[in-house]
Amino acid sequence: MATMKLKKLQYELEDIETFENPKIELEQYTTSSHIAACILHTAQFVYDDIKDKMVADLGCGSGVLCIGAALLNAKLCTGFDIDPSAIKLSVENAADRNVSERCEFVLCDVKTIYTSIKSKSFDTVIMNPPFGTRLKGADLIFLKMALNLATKAVYSLHKTSTRKYVMDTAKRMGVYSKVIAELRFDLPASYKFHKKDSLDVQVDLIRFVLPGEEQ
Amino acid sequence: MKLLTHNLLSSKCLKGVKVGYPLRIVAKDVKISESEYNMEFVLKMIPKLDWKVLVNAAEQIGHGNNLPIELIEDYEDDEELLKKIHHVLMEVEVINGELICPETQRIFPISAGIPNLLLNEDEVS
Repeated sequence: MATMKLKKLQYELEDIETFENPKIELEQYTTSSHIAACILHTAQFVYDDIKDKMVADLGCGSGVLCIGAALLNAKLCTGFDIDPSAIKLSVENAADRNVSERCEFVLCDVKTIYTSIKSKSFDTVIMNPPFGTRLKGADLIFLKMALNLATKAVYSLHKTSTRKYVMDTAKRMGVYSKVIAELRFDLPASYKFHKKDSLDVQVDLIRFVLPGEEQ
Repeated sequence: MKLLTHNLLSSKCLKGVKVGYPLRIVAKDVKISESEYNMEFVLKMIPKLDWKVLVNAAEQIGHGNNLPIELIEDYEDDEELLKKIHHVLMEVEVINGELICPETQRIFPISAGIPNLLLNEDEVS
């Protein structure tokens, strides 16, 4: 597999089982196959950050990013989540896509992951973190944890409305960041408090580059 | 759980624990899976590993694989050794068992291949 087309990758990630009962406090919005494919395809074919790499996914949810990374030949992609039902779903989905050997899953609290996992253990972190709408600051806590784990780059989704704040935070940590895609995040009405059928949110895909790495 | 993952885990998340590393492993079920050997990857991982922890972990679960207790200096040229390391890191998986905190003996279960590092509220440091 020299280059996998974006459409093919998206196709491979379609119909991944998602949460039956998403937990509001964890902001369990499932990453769509389109967005997952977009993140991973860019990470691999523009920046060479997936193939043969140690990849981590913080708050892996349904496991779609882990599975996509495995399909793009990450050496190992480790998904972390606080929710046992998310991990169970990830394991089943990885088995269903035949990538169990390239995926690891660990139950732990991502917000304090620096006390459980040695820092700088991964090349690349990919994640769709909580946007911090339910637990204020959760987005930046995830980002700090990701920057602690990665040696090379972090790919993360953030609400466009928080762009300046997120990028300023990175800058203060000596981390270069760049918006590499602007996406429309179609949040289906997964929760009862959503009145409309779906809600479009403007989201940035930001690539953060660890100090000393090529920008 | 692969032994590569074990090499990265600690129980420092527990209240009062200073180092929390390495976690002792008790394995009830071990599975050998297949992973493609990639020399570059193994060479890149070796300097990141705690070698003694890897050797001990492999021995604790009965898959020591004759790894040397001290890593030899010119391991880069020893392909047989690199393949053994690859096997222990990537192919030996603990399916069911326990990880045990070296300081408090708190048990973190491993079930269906998943280590569970979740804590109760009163255990958080």
